[in-house]
Amino acid sequence: MSERESLKKIREEKKRWEEKVQNKNPEKKYQTHSKIPVEILYTPDDLDDFDYFKDLSFPGEYPYTRGIRHNMYRGKLWTMRQFSGMGTPKQTNARYHFLLERGQTGLSVAFDLPTLMGYDSDHLRSKGEVGKCGVAVDSLDDMETMFSKISLDRISTSMTINAPASILLAMYVAVGEKQGVLSEKLTGTLQNDILKEYIAQKEWIFPPEPSIRLITDIMEFCSQHVPKWNTISISGYHIREAGSTAVQELAFTLADGFAYVEAGIKAGLDVDSFAPRLSFFFNSHLDFFEEIAKYRAARRIWARHMKEKYKAKKKESWLLRFHTQTAGCTLTAQQPENNIVRTAFEALAAVLGGTQSLHTNSMDETLALPSEQAVQIALRTQQLIAYESAVADTIDPLAGSYYLETLTNKMENEAERYFEEIEKRGGVLKCIEEGYFQKEIANAAYRYQREIEKKERIIVGLNDFIIPGEKIEIPIVKIDEKVEREQVENLKKVKQTRDNDKVKRGLQELKKTASGTENTMPVILDCVRCYATEGEIVDVLREVFGEYQEAPMF
Amino acid sequence: MTLFERFQKKDPVALSKFITYVENQSKDYEKFLSRIYPMTGKAYRIGMTGPPGSGKSTLTDKLAQKLSSQDRTVGIIAVDPTSPFTGGALLGDRIRMQALSSVKDVFIRSMASRGSKGGLAKTTKEVILVLDAFGKDYIIIETVGVGQVDLDVVDNCDTTLVVFTPESGDAIQAMKAGLMEIADIFVVNKADREGASNLIYELDSFLDLKRKKDNSFGKCWEYPVISVQATHNIGIDLLWKKIEEHKKFIQDNGIFEKKRKAQIKSEIKKLIENRIKEITEEKVKESFDIENIVEEVLAGKDDPYSASERFLREAKLI
Amino acid sequence: MERKIRVLLAKPGLDGHDRGIKVIASAFRDAGFEVIYTGLRQTPEMIAEAAIQEDVDAIGMSVLSGAHMTLFPVVLNLLREKKAEHILLFGGGIIPEEDIEKLEKMGVGKLFTPGAITSEAIEYLKEEIPKRRKEEKLF
Repeated sequence: MSERESLKKIREEKKRWEEKVQNKNPEKKYQTHSKIPVEILYTPDDLDDFDYFKDLSFPGEYPYTRGIRHNMYRGKLWTMRQFSGMGTPKQTNARYHFLLERGQTGLSVAFDLPTLMGYDSDHLRSKGEVGKCGVAVDSLDDMETMFSKISLDRISTSMTINAPASILLAMYVAVGEKQGVLSEKLTGTLQNDILKEYIAQKEWIFPPEPSIRLITDIMEFCSQHVPKWNTISISGYHIREAGSTAVQELAFTLADGFAYVEAGIKAGLDVDSFAPRLSFFFNSHLDFFEEIAKYRAARRIWARHMKEKYKAKKKESWLLRFHTQTAGCTLTAQQPENNIVRTAFEALAAVLGGTQSLHTNSMDETLALPSEQAVQIALRTQQLIAYESAVADTIDPLAGSYYLETLTNKMENEAERYFEEIEKRGGVLKCIEEGYFQKEIANAAYRYQREIEKKERIIVGLNDFIIPGEKIEIPIVKIDEKVEREQVENLKKVKQTRDNDKVKRGLQELKKTASGTENTMPVILDCVRCYATEGEIVDVLREVFGEYQEAPMF
Repeated sequence: MTLFERFQKKDPVALSKFITYVENQSKDYEKFLSRIYPMTGKAYRIGMTGPPGSGKSTLTDKLAQKLSSQDRTVGIIAVDPTSPFTGGALLGDRIRMQALSSVKDVFIRSMASRGSKGGLAKTTKEVILVLDAFGKDYIIIETVGVGQVDLDVVDNCDTTLVVFTPESGDAIQAMKAGLMEIADIFVVNKADREGASNLIYELDSFLDLKRKKDNSFGKCWEYPVISVQATHNIGIDLLWKKIEEHKKFIQDNGIFEKKRKAQIKSEIKKLIENRIKEITEEKVKESFDIENIVEEVLAGKDDPYSASERFLREAKLI
Repeated sequence: MERKIRVLLAKPGLDGHDRGIKVIASAFRDAGFEVIYTGLRQTPEMIAEAAIQEDVDAIGMSVLSGAHMTLFPVVLNLLREKKAEHILLFGGGIIPEEDIEKLEKMGVGKLFTPGAITSEAIEYLKEEIPKRRKEEKLF
């Protein structure tokens, strides 16, 4: 039988088979979280124009649908990287030692809100927020404490910092200098993705244009001095947490990625000089297969666009490397232990989707910062997947599944549709300014909430299988209000003991550079070396660049 | 202390509560209005209209800052649409007026249109009076801004601005909607954008006809087109200058008085109409067996014309 | 005329996660409320001032950053200072049980935690607000 005849037969036989299927619930619509309709059964007929080499090929080979490395997890497991940071740098340092002792292989720094927003701990707007949802860092002194007795040439560090990313990177480089580690040897990642801040997480400081300039400054600086550093982690995570669908996460994140590529090219950089250092950060949500399809589609789309549209020549520029975090927004405050199971499924999807590193959420994160015990279970979840489940033994094991391949194609097509729409609307920045993304996401979030409230979507323990009068009995971590005082006192001490003339000169120099077009990184590095604080540096930049103001959309 | 005494002592809590009282047309609200009426007439009213996204709120914000820096007190009424399906509303204009929250003597009130179609809410006119009586020097009224129908603002304001942006094809829309006929000052916001000079040219050529026509009546208002970049505070001074010029122009030429007279006239008429309507409805309810008459009409024993005439006579309404 | 429920929704502090508050805003609108949304990074002063000018029945604050023990009491005190204690202050966020108890004791209304259903908040306001509205001597 020829292939064509065989497909025809399958089609006919499927019809025959379908007549026997009894639909017990004709009301229920089967669809993915992104509203892609789901059939009851998939067959080769759904993949009639499937082309193995064009669509999948081999792992480590274009278009990388099956993975970015030839040997994938047999070569190296994903990095188990738990995002953490709390209270003072000293407390965070202790948590890092705890995690490293328990087998974690990379660090991931969570900063507190004042640090993310460029305020020192003694700023009026910082009141009540110091050390609360991350560690407070004001100056190089704090960074030294945070990495005390952790050799920067032995670990890789991911820093979740965006608007003031250059300052924190400079501090990290300066800590390396103090430890005697050359900047060329440092490995790690900056989130440094300002576009998704405007779109989803809203932790911006400056308007888009100067923000993009700071980013291209970092890209250029790192390509010369910190070549192993991932300069941007283009993030879909927050877009998803803000309520988007998987398709929107995929499309908006890659659109942001292309916007950075275009900005780099526009700034006069060779695409192959910076593209290999771009990495991605995705969410892993509840819809198991759709999530796996999303990662596979992402790799394929990125490779195709980088090669064909942006004419990148290096293979490394085509690779979409990504970190994954399980979806915080899927955790419930009710029956929090269930979150362990949710997180396990989400983590499994990320691994089956070929992630390079992974954070698994702790069960108590809808209640407070995670306790040590909860963090340990979260980390153990990854270790269980890695060492007990055997899913990492063969590469991309779900490839060839009629459903998964169909879904991967659908996700790619839907994403391309969004790219066209974004293009039509004048590009990513224009869409941000007009609130296009924000509106799409807010609508999806509201729709999702309504589905839960109408019980069209069941969330165990939340709108079904409820335990009436449930008492939550897991330990809660509280950040002592003492943290703020300690941090403010330490800041005062730093300001008294540093060479204040030098700081003043440094900041003046920064103002000059920021007003011009030279790269800002070297001056910022000079500033942090003499213990200028983050707030002081951001103040100078605020003065030169102005502040962003959002027009919220519903 | 009664709420009214607090109002007279310029307590913003009292002002706010009276606005609610008037907005909800709560019991005897007319009596309150008649009581404060002698305290009104001092505020100058600036209307701000234009399509959504044109930057009305941002511009309002900057104008209010400017006014406040000259020690003038400002009231702002920002109208947003009520959902016709749920009766609810999302009022988001304050978001773009953040800077005003720390400015003294600026009072911002968001109003939902509550079914009114002319770009203002049903009671915006009355709320203007309340702000006026409270002692605000300037009142800026920002319309819903859906374009076609925001004409009410003109009847209630002394100077009306229309705001455009280069990218929208709004100019044409506005011409169709009649905004060009009624506005006094034309603002091109986001004037650094592509297409701004085109838009200005377009507006100017349209307005030239109007200027010539007006000229033949000897009125001579220039209908200026002003470019601004509201977010960057560029062009606000010039805009303010034009507003003052317009203010002087209408005051010097008797237009201000004419406008106010027309407003008062239409207000009295409207009040009478409303009252008559209410009275009639009451009477119909209490002494007119309309269901029975309908049956009679259907049966061919009566007709609507005679029936209504009869009713009005019997009720001594005519 | 039935008096509309007017609610001011605000995000105080530095946190920018506005998914929850936007969902709530839409749900309140659909429940027939008039919602004044003031946007991100509001200081307590801005919130209290706006609530007074808008004569809202309630203020809903979303605090996910852990700064709730600072932010809620400050707004509450400001309302008292400005003689606007009739305005109900409620909210939502990542707030541990024991803090909820403390805040409620201080006079903060109901606090909703992650996973709460929007209709719970709607019902709560529909029930609570008429109780708080009182006839005032106008003249």
